[in-house]
Amino acid sequence: MDKPFAITLDPGSSLANRTGSWRTFRPVYLDRLPPCNAACPAGENIQGWLYHAESGNYEQAWRALVDNNPLPAIMGRVCYHPCEGACNRQQVDEAVGINSIERFLGDEAIRRGWQFSKPAAPSGKKVLVVGAGPSGLSAAYHLARLGHAVTIREAGPYAGGMMRFGIPKYRLPREVIEAEVQRIVNLGVTLTLNCKVANIEQAMKEEGFDAAFLAVGAHIGKRAYIPAGTAAKMVDAISVLRSMEGEEKPQLGRRVVVYGGGNTAIDVARTVKRMGAEPVIVYRRTRDKAPAHDFEIEEALQEGVMVKWLSTIKHADAGEIMIEKMALDAQGFPQPTGEFETLAADSVVLALGQDVDLGLLDGVPGLEVKDGVVQVGPNMMTGHPGLFAGGDMVPSERTVTVAVGHGKKAARHIDAWLRGETYAPPPKHELAGFEKLNPWYYSEAPHVVRPMLDILRRQSSFEEVVQGLDESNAQFEARRCLSCGNCFECDNCYGVCPDNAVIKLGPGKRFEFNYDYCKGCGVCAAECPCGAIKMVPEEN
Amino acid sequence: MSYQPIKFYQTGTFTVGNRLLAPEERSVQASAKRFNSINSGHRACQGCGEALGARYAIDAAMEATHGQLVCANATGCLEVFSTPYPETSWQVPWIHSLFGNTAAVATGIAAALKVKQKKAPHGQEIRVVAQGGDGGTTDIGFGCLSGMFERNDDVLYICYDNGGYMNTGIQRSSATPPAARTATTPAVGVEPGNVFGQGKFVPAIAMAHEIPYVATATVADLRDLEAKVRRAMEIRGARYLHILVPCPLGWGTASHDTIRMARLAKETGLFPVFSAEHGEQKSALAIRRQLPVEEYLKPQKRYAHLFAPTPRVEVLAQLQALADRNIKRYGLLDGGKQ
Repeated sequence: MDKPFAITLDPGSSLANRTGSWRTFRPVYLDRLPPCNAACPAGENIQGWLYHAESGNYEQAWRALVDNNPLPAIMGRVCYHPCEGACNRQQVDEAVGINSIERFLGDEAIRRGWQFSKPAAPSGKKVLVVGAGPSGLSAAYHLARLGHAVTIREAGPYAGGMMRFGIPKYRLPREVIEAEVQRIVNLGVTLTLNCKVANIEQAMKEEGFDAAFLAVGAHIGKRAYIPAGTAAKMVDAISVLRSMEGEEKPQLGRRVVVYGGGNTAIDVARTVKRMGAEPVIVYRRTRDKAPAHDFEIEEALQEGVMVKWLSTIKHADAGEIMIEKMALDAQGFPQPTGEFETLAADSVVLALGQDVDLGLLDGVPGLEVKDGVVQVGPNMMTGHPGLFAGGDMVPSERTVTVAVGHGKKAARHIDAWLRGETYAPPPKHELAGFEKLNPWYYSEAPHVVRPMLDILRRQSSFEEVVQGLDESNAQFEARRCLSCGNCFECDNCYGVCPDNAVIKLGPGKRFEFNYDYCKGCGVCAAECPCGAIKMVPEEN
Repeated sequence: MSYQPIKFYQTGTFTVGNRLLAPEERSVQASAKRFNSINSGHRACQGCGEALGARYAIDAAMEATHGQLVCANATGCLEVFSTPYPETSWQVPWIHSLFGNTAAVATGIAAALKVKQKKAPHGQEIRVVAQGGDGGTTDIGFGCLSGMFERNDDVLYICYDNGGYMNTGIQRSSATPPAARTATTPAVGVEPGNVFGQGKFVPAIAMAHEIPYVATATVADLRDLEAKVRRAMEIRGARYLHILVPCPLGWGTASHDTIRMARLAKETGLFPVFSAEHGEQKSALAIRRQLPVEEYLKPQKRYAHLFAPTPRVEVLAQLQALADRNIKRYGLLDGGKQ
């Protein structure tokens, strides 16, 4: 004992006192599912790629994006972005402009010539994809990356399907489609154009394909019976849009009536406006009931497209049509009023939806066709083993993004099926709803608005209407992401712990709890901006 | 505003750090190499605001002085939970004084260090911080503190204000806010809880001494707190920093609500966050999203009698008037008088 007077113990550190034993709840780090990811029909990890875009690492962001969707430049133009509709930032100020950042990344990839990473080792399996639309391209891409030999057969003269023959170029420039298709071809996919598959069973057997993915889309314009004089000119919307791609532009006259209220009706009306005609949309219900997206209706109105809401065509003749006014009944269905009006019309374009051409499936055993579309199981396989289908030809919401999602899903199931296995998707994380966040910590930052082409050029040319972001504002927009449910290393948990029980592991490695000292107060979980910490009861 | 706010970096200056910020733009607390002046294993309650506030403040002071710092600590929660014999949580030279004489002890240390500095002028200069709770500062140690102020001794005095004597059983101090229930101001009678019109706001008294620097801060605004400590260490003479540190035990709040309560105190205007130099207010931390006082009072059990069995609207109106007076007096909506 050589201690000073009255001292009997060595000075010690409080580290000897393991306060972790006080705990009744323990904090745990977790990844929750951001609402944007949950809403994406193509299953993109949006929060994941925004994370890289936030740090200005655009190539890595693009690579994370194309893990799920090979067509970002197209998506960034034509996707109806359900992600933004689900975005938690809406409750802070406005949704993050995910679609505009996706387009920026897609355009950046084209500009810099980024290519997909090399596919997996060849599997020795051959897969036939019928149709080079969004769903066929997506399936081909994913199958090729998984190491399968993929051949796409496309009946039309160009790849792109409805993206090419259904979406006007003022919304989607053709160079963008070409560039993104070429990148998929560069992956080793064989693409044959002008090659219609007449009989799928025969094609598979003769050329030794192990599986096939059908994605022929829905290209046949629906007809409605309208009493018409012999001289009345009636065409369907899809053939008008398709002929815009050929040498001979459609001859519709000056006064063009478009019948229908969907996005195709709007596309046709805006297209003929650009050709110098005067389009009038006739739709039997009201604007809020129209299936077209409201922003597209708004853009059409801005460009001078006329709309007759609550009207149906009763009779069509040379140079004029007769329309009947409708009124909505108590259930919201349009009912005739007996009030008529004549409207000058050189032609009538029917935009009433599309049907699927099922010719190639004749005689295939096991197939089920219902309501004009092919029925598939949860694994996208038809009733015929090895024959999968997706896109507009199966029951679904007919959008480009849904089609891309089908392609990915089918590719995963085809891959598993070829190996004699079943694909089980990993379990989904719990949703990171707004109530899981602590929005106090996010800075005020208004949404970056994409510039629009001026109205005169919009009425007279096919130049792209919506313009892109540049690097500085794309990064700003990316940084508006709240990173819902996924740690973005803001150091808050590390800073706010009264017991220094959070260990900072360094850039990209996130954090760890030191349960020897964590008392389980829950301040870290309460002050985590993005909801990436959860308090769970201790066992004892 | 006492620090340069970062305009837009996803979370700006609101979070402790952010991977997108350059290291020099992050707070001291964001650094993996921060001092951790008060170490793990201390016996503060779960979610203790004072343990957190002390680490924020002393780490910032250590950073500003390159680790050349001595702390004098008054008796109180902070001392009791950090140094039960023979253990200590302090990783700085630290001395425990009596309940009431910390300011005087710190003055003595500063004087001794001044002499040592004169004898060895090439040695590294050592600075002094005194710290205590609101009991040790506004009640028991007030005479020594006022003396330290009027002599302009070279000490930064930090008061961690949790509004009462919490470790002895939640008794009232002169910093207990009106209407709050404590063991000595029970929620009974016609004027339940602490009475209106008593107590004192020591930052205003410190300003009346016209000392070089007076500031208030909360544990909810780390960047502001660190900037104030940094500014205080740039100045010589008597300096006073008053930090609001919510006490889950004494206030009757959930342990995870500590920072939220401090934030609500500031956002309602009940606790003004400002700085002053030589008796003149220099800045105020603006209220970001103003809230009625009920938002702050309701989660606290010490104010439960204001809401049940019958809501005491007249008391709530009096408390709202206090907040409104603070907002006007310190310019809390537009960021100060300057």
